[in-house]
Parts: sequence; structure tokens; C-alpha cells
Amino acid sequence: MKILVAIKQVPERDAQVHVAADGKWIDESDLNYTINEPDAYALEEALQLKEKTGGEVVVVCAGPERVTSTLREALAKGADRAIHIEADDLGSRDTLGVAQILADAMKSESPDLILTGLQSDDLGLGQTGVVMAELLGIPHATIIMHVEATGSGLKVKRELEDGWFQHVEMPLPALLTIQSGGNKLRYATLMGIKKAKTKETKTVQAAAATAPAIALDRVYLPEKQKKTEMLTGTPDQVAAKIVEKLKFEVRVI
Amino acid sequence: MSGVLVVMEQRGGNWNRMSFEALAAGQQLAAKLGVECSAVVMGEAVGSLASELGSKKLAKIITVEHALLKTYTSDAYVAALEQVVKQASPAYVIFPHTYQVRDFAPALATRFHSVLISDVIAMHDGPVFVRQLLQGKLNADYRQTGAGPCFVSIQAGTFRADAVEAGTSAIEAFAPSLDAAQIRNKPGELFRESAQTVDLSAAPAIVSVGRGIGEQENIALVEELAKALGAELAASRPICDNGWLPMERQVGSSGQTVAPKLYLAVGISGAIQHLVGMKGSKTVIAINKDENAPIFEVADYGVVGDLFEVVPALTKAVLAAKG
Repeated sequence: MKILVAIKQVPERDAQVHVAADGKWIDESDLNYTINEPDAYALEEALQLKEKTGGEVVVVCAGPERVTSTLREALAKGADRAIHIEADDLGSRDTLGVAQILADAMKSESPDLILTGLQSDDLGLGQTGVVMAELLGIPHATIIMHVEATGSGLKVKRELEDGWFQHVEMPLPALLTIQSGGNKLRYATLMGIKKAKTKETKTVQAAAATAPAIALDRVYLPEKQKKTEMLTGTPDQVAAKIVEKLKFEVRVI
Repeated sequence: MSGVLVVMEQRGGNWNRMSFEALAAGQQLAAKLGVECSAVVMGEAVGSLASELGSKKLAKIITVEHALLKTYTSDAYVAALEQVVKQASPAYVIFPHTYQVRDFAPALATRFHSVLISDVIAMHDGPVFVRQLLQGKLNADYRQTGAGPCFVSIQAGTFRADAVEAGTSAIEAFAPSLDAAQIRNKPGELFRESAQTVDLSAAPAIVSVGRGIGEQENIALVEELAKALGAELAASRPICDNGWLPMERQVGSSGQTVAPKLYLAVGISGAIQHLVGMKGSKTVIAINKDENAPIFEVADYGVVGDLFEVVPALTKAVLAAKG
């Protein structure tokens, strides 16, 4: 099976973010970037499928030069090839625009299966996968915990609300968005890192951006929904203050 | 192109209750814009659900009935709604932000060269739609700039279902043209992994642990605190993903929804998927090392500090207070 995995590079989860001077995005000057976590699960699922059924895993990422580090990491974990879609202006493209350049790069690869994370840790719109499937004219299923290749296609386990699940059978080629937690993530081995240096990364240019359908006007710190009383002091002092609240206000002691 | 169309969600003749929050959002948006609000209900037979909506203030209720809409598939829903939206020609299409909507609404928006503004937590004049970025660290204002209808999904708890305005409405049937050959996926029955043995929804006190705990062996620290308080132990998704606690102890959109007297969040940053599961709690106390963690936005009491120092001290103090 030829599997393409669309991955995104995002700021690290623990990053201290600051709103940029123009108020339209975050200050990117001293951010560290990493693979979007749900995409790491998509890559893991692809690698496990390849181990079971054979084939090839190709990772695809759009973004500026810095995203090649995330592609290299994916190669070190076991992906066979990488495609870098060079685009310095992802911020001015909306979901449809980004999905379009990913779909353009994927189409000529004629994959059997495309995997991606169910959403990104930064924008969190949770749509790129579904939009790519629509643009490529292939079926999709979202929030997938488990993938099984059957004779003619796939049987996937889809997560629903409140602890419910559903199996869905679908033909190939198809696109799945992968939920976290379905597999345990692997680390790159030293051998993997060494091997990655010999693997191919193809660079393609993104087509020029078209007018977006939606625009992000402004980012800002959220207003508090509740007035939070901060409790300060040494750990013992803080503990004593909490106990007082638990006793006299919350009344659970 | 004008008006607001709310896409209601039902399964097997039962409403997804978030539909009414979306309906409230749709009515409020329509009132602000001075336009009409309508609703659409889809399924195999939705007559009784539609008549339930007859007492709401709506321009019309569009029923879309077809045997191929009995069980949800993205292909049938997108095809049917594409026809409905083309005919009704609304300026805004509002959805509840459910798992089902996440599965098909992006594809529907694509058919109109539009992009769904998903997971919206507030609406302002403009209209401007507010959604969260970076797991709730920042908010962002989004606006429709394209020509097509504007598609918006509303996060749980953003609008109140009981704020839906009463009134009268007329039912109008729409017959979609669907073909079984269009439907590529074969959905199976819904199932649960195992009988749920932990019911967190009735717990009066919950101590919940998140990513900040770092290692599996550290969970014991939080477990001792829960035990001292006589509280149930719960967790955010990453903890259950790692297998450190069973999935049935997960609070959030993919886990349980809770509303205890006390929700004590330890090392939980407070991503929206977690907050929607616990923001009905009466008192929220949060302990986190990051003063900007979004959990503090919903906390009554906050402690910025090292949980490895604060939690053992608190366990000791609780035990002492209980004597």
C-alpha cells in the first residue's frame, strides 16, 4: 500500500506564545517547532500499516524552509520519502488554500491511502483532511482510532462522543484523519537518523495563493470567564488556604 | 442570498442536544442582522422532530427525508445539504460542533468554495466569530471574506439551549436527489468498548490530572490527594492516551461530562476539548506551573506552582483537617 501522510509543523506545546506586534498572529521569533501531535499519530499508523502490509510511506509538509526539520524527523522514524511544499505564506492561505496545495502535490503520487492528524495544535480548525479528500474526490473518515486493511479496502474504528465508537468500511483510495492515543508513538533510532540522511526529499513550489474565503483578523489573550482568586505562598501556605476554601466555601471537607 | 439556516442533528429520532444551542446562536445572529432564521432536519422520517420545532421562532423548518439519510454517511449528508443550501440560499449556515459535523461540514463548505469557521465560542458584531488557537492560549476573530455562504460550527456550552426563542413556524419538505451509488462508506452499528463502570457524572468531588504530571509513576501523588478528599480520580485525554489511567476516567468532549461541587485540576492546561467536559463544575481549583494556562480562565481559585510540591502539601493538609 502506498501511504501519504500530511504533517504540519507547529509551535511546541509548552511554548510561551506572545501576540505579534500587528496583532494578527503570534511572534515567531524565538519559537521552537515540532510535528503536530495528531500528525505524529497519523505517521505512526502509516508506519504500522506498512509493517503489516508492505508498501511505502511518504510524508508531505507545506511551509517555509524550517519545516524540513520535521520532515527529516519523520524520515528518521521510518518514512521512506518526503515532499516539501515550499510556501512562506501559509498564514495568508485559509484551510481550502492549504488543502489545495497539499492535494496538488499528492495527486501525482496516486496514493492508496492518505493519513493526517484530526486537527492541528495551532489553528485547530480540524478540516484540512476532509477538504483534501473532497478536492481529490476520494472517501474519508474522521477521528480514527484503528485502521485495518481488508481484501478490498479498509475497516476503520471511528471515535464518537461520550465513549461511543463505530466501525466503517470503505474502499481505497481513501483519506483518514487520525485521533491521538490509538497507537504508542515510536522514537527515532540512531540507525533511523543515519538512514534518513540518504532518503529523498523532493521540494515543490506551492501555487500562488488565491483569495481566501475566511480571514483571521486579530489574535488576543482570552478574557477570563471567571474571576480567579490566585492563592500564593509556600506550598504549605497554599495548601492551608485551599483547605480553608474546601471547608468553608466548597464544603467538601 | 440571505438569512440564517441552522442544521439540526438527530440520530434515530433523538436530538443531539447541542442542536438547540446552535439554534439559539442562529436566532441571535439572525436577529442582529435583521434577517430570518430557518432550521433543517434530515433523516429517514423526521416528521415528529420537525413538529417539535414548530413552537420555535423560525421562518421555516425544512425537512429532508430519504431512506439513504437513515444512517449517517458523509457522502449522503453532503449531497443532500448541498442541494438544500443551494435552494434556500442562506448567507449563514450554522451547525453544532459535533463529531458528525466535523466529519462532513468541511466537505460541504468546500463545495461552495468556502471554509467552515469551526468550534466558535462567541459571536460579535460584524459578524465576527471567535475561536480558540493553540489549545486555548489565544482567541482569534474570524470573518467571512469569500462570496459563498458562511459556514459556522458552535462549540458546546457557548449558547444556552433554553435561550431558543419560542414562536411559530411552518414546515416545508425538501426532496433531495440521492443515489446509493454515491455513498462510498459503509457505516456499522455504534458500540461501546466495555460497560462503563466509572460514572464520574454523579461524583461530588473530582481530582483530575493532566500532562503536567510528566510520568506514570507520579499519578500516585494525585491519587493520594483524591483518596484524602474522598474524590473520584479523573484525567485529561493525554493521560488516558498514554494508558496511565483507563479511558473511562477521561473528562472532556471524547470522555465524560461532569459537574461536581469541586473540580481540582492538577497539571491540566485546559484545552477546549477538556473544558467543555468540566466547565459546569461549581468550584474549580487549578494547580499549574504556567500562569497563562487556559485552565485559569475557568478556575475560581488558582495556584501557579510546582504540583510536585503543592499536591503532597495539600494531601497532608486535607488529612490533618479531617483529623
